[in-house]
Parts: sequence; structure tokens; C-alpha cells
Amino acid sequence: MLTATNLACIRGDRRLFAGLGFTLESGGHLYVTGENGSGKTSLLRMLCGLSPPETGEIRWQGETITRLGDDYRKKILYLGHQNALKEELTALENLRIAAALTGATLEDAEGTELLERSGLAGRESLPVRFLSQGQKRRVALTRLLWSRASLWVLDEPFVALDSAAVTWLAGIIAMHHAAGGMTVLTSHQAVAIKGGAAQNLRLSE
Amino acid sequence: MRPGTPGILWTVVRRDLLLALRRKSEVLTSLFFFVIVVSLFPLGIGPEMSLLRIIAPGVLWVAALLAAMLSLNRLFATDHADGTLEQMLLAPAPLGLLVTGKIIAHWLVAGLPLVLIAPLLGLQYDLAPHALGVLMLSLLIGTPLLSLLGAIGAALTLGVRGGGVLLSLLTLPLYIPALIFGAGAVEADISGLGATGHLSLLAALLALSAFFAPWAATAALRVALE
Repeated sequence: MLTATNLACIRGDRRLFAGLGFTLESGGHLYVTGENGSGKTSLLRMLCGLSPPETGEIRWQGETITRLGDDYRKKILYLGHQNALKEELTALENLRIAAALTGATLEDAEGTELLERSGLAGRESLPVRFLSQGQKRRVALTRLLWSRASLWVLDEPFVALDSAAVTWLAGIIAMHHAAGGMTVLTSHQAVAIKGGAAQNLRLSE
Repeated sequence: MRPGTPGILWTVVRRDLLLALRRKSEVLTSLFFFVIVVSLFPLGIGPEMSLLRIIAPGVLWVAALLAAMLSLNRLFATDHADGTLEQMLLAPAPLGLLVTGKIIAHWLVAGLPLVLIAPLLGLQYDLAPHALGVLMLSLLIGTPLLSLLGAIGAALTLGVRGGGVLLSLLTLPLYIPALIFGAGAVEADISGLGATGHLSLLAALLALSAFFAPWAATAALRVALE
């Protein structure tokens, strides 16, 4: 269970939001919307513990995330605006490094199979810089397929994806909810995700 | 220690070495810079052997400082730009360990080649075989020190506009002790005083910064990425 209470965010001399709170239960889904610059990414980074909130606190299973530290980081998967891929490395190498950083090992065969499921069959040993924007996003999203994290924090996951991939991703997220996982995501596209208790959070001044 | 902790260090080192292998031009730039700067002095001064012998330690060491600095701004900046640094922050492992891995990789790519090519360049300055050995040894102890101290500067200037110039202004003063004792060791050997004292002090500096620099760089990174 993820609980946020009285969160505030200040960037420069502008207050983006204040007094923000929500509770996300197992299998729940928080859909963050708002205009450009309303603080969606800032909120997501706060939830990951990448930046501290101005006021308020974020608790995971009743314990503040700063105190949990690595134990909390094991539970989350963050996919930001950037794909966090090294352009010079192949899709497979990128995946293996991402896996190793979380302490898991990913065999080549397993990685190839996961990339096939993401619609990247035959491109696993191509340096990522040769892939299109949408394909890069698919490589980044492949991390979701083997992730054991229970909280997915996804910043605009649907950007650059074609309609088939959008449906595919919505399916993966729905499966994650069915298994008791939680998702916090921002999106400018309205994408229907089946199952899970969905909450909407609109950021505005 | 958690399971897989040394494994993560090794992962980061291997990752950065692999990246360096795929971006050979960047690696070779700093090595060639070192070679060319060192070779320019004998050409400019002329075949004045006694003078060359005197300036050799200083020139070689200053060139090594500048060459090591050339590649410093990429230490964290590229990972910052493509979002992989954020993922490292979110990895369930101590960030200091990942930073240490990056520093080790930086030394292997930017420092070790300088150590290996230095004796060849020292020949242009008519250094005696023993002095060449001391030069190599001083660089072997000194270049990891440059990577360690440089990492603090690179982390502090991360995301700052015009960070490259600022990085030089910040890092070069930190390099002064390394320069004094490193070049001093070679000079002492040439003048027959023995290099042990200088080398011990250099090694002490290395031990001290190996302990504190990753910690300081990690703290700076956290601030830069907030």
C-alpha cells in the first residue's frame, strides 16, 4: 500500500501543487493527468524517492520511503521520459545491464524471448541507436515483462507507441494489477486499462 | 553485505568498458592529446638534452592531468542525459558502489593507457631507464587519484550549463598535490635523492581519496539529480 499525504512541490518560485494526497491499494491504479508543466513528472520522481517533497510524506506499507531505502527501491520500477538505454549497446545488452543493476541475472535466451514478446524479434543484437523511437520505447518497456517490482511508476509510457503496442502495454499493466501490483502513470492519451481500482488525480494550480 | 553486491560493482565496470569499446574515438582522443602535448615540447625547445631532462617530469605530469580531465565531463554526463543515471540511483544497491565502479572504469580507460605509454614518451626527454620506471610508478599511483578527485568535480558540475569549463576550474586545483608529488618523485630520482618519500606521500593521498572521493561524489550526484 502506497500512501501520500500533504505533498507539495515547489520549482523555482512557482508552487506546482500542494496538499496532495492519495492512497493506492494493492491492485490499484493511479492515473495522473494535468497540463504540461503541472508537476506530473515531479510527482512521479517524488514517489520514487528521487527528489524529496517540499512538505508531506510518502509511506510504503506504513513506513516512510526514506527510511525503507533499498527495501523500497526493490519494490519499484520507474520508467521516465527518457528510455534509460545506452545507444551504443544492443537491446539485449541494455536489458541485461538493467537486470544486473536490480540484482537479477537475465540469460541471453530469456532476454531474446522477452524482446520477441515486445515485438522486437531479430533486432535484439542491433545497437539501440539504429532503432526507431517507438522500438526504443518497446525495449525500455521490456523491463516490465520480467520485473518483480510491485509498484510501477510510468511516465508517459504510451508515447511513441503504435496502436497495437498501446493495446499490448495496456494488457501487460492489467496483468500486473491482476497479480496484485500497483501502477502510477501519467498519460496524455486516454487508454483504457482493464481491471484494478482506478483513481484519477488531476494536477492543477 | 547483500548478495550480489560485488557483482553490481563488476556490472558497472564492465558496462562502462563495453561503452568505451564502442566509442573508441572518445577514448583515443585523450590518449592522443597526451602523446601530442608531450611531443610538442621537445620540438619547440629543440634538442637541448639537459634542459629537456629538467622539464620532463613536469611536462609529462601536467599533460597527464589535462588528458585525464578531457574525458572527465563524460563520466556522468552521458548517463545523466539518457536517463540511465536515474536508474542507477533507483537500483537497490549503494550508489557509492556504482560510483566506485564508474571511477574504476574511467581509470582503466583514461588513466592506464597514459601509464603504459609514458615511458615511450619519456625517451624523447632523454630520461634514464630508472627514471622512466619511477615515472611509470608515479603515474600508476597518481592516475587513479586523478580519476577519484575528478569524479567529485564531474558530479558537482553535472547538469550545470558550461559545466566543462567549471569542471576544469574546480578539478585542476585539486590535482595540485598529485602533480607536486608525482613530478617530484621523478625529479628526486633524476637528482639522485630517491623517490620513495614522494611516492609514499602520493600513495597516502590515493588511499585517502579512495576512501573519501566516492562518498563525496555520491553525495554531489544526489544533489545534482534532485
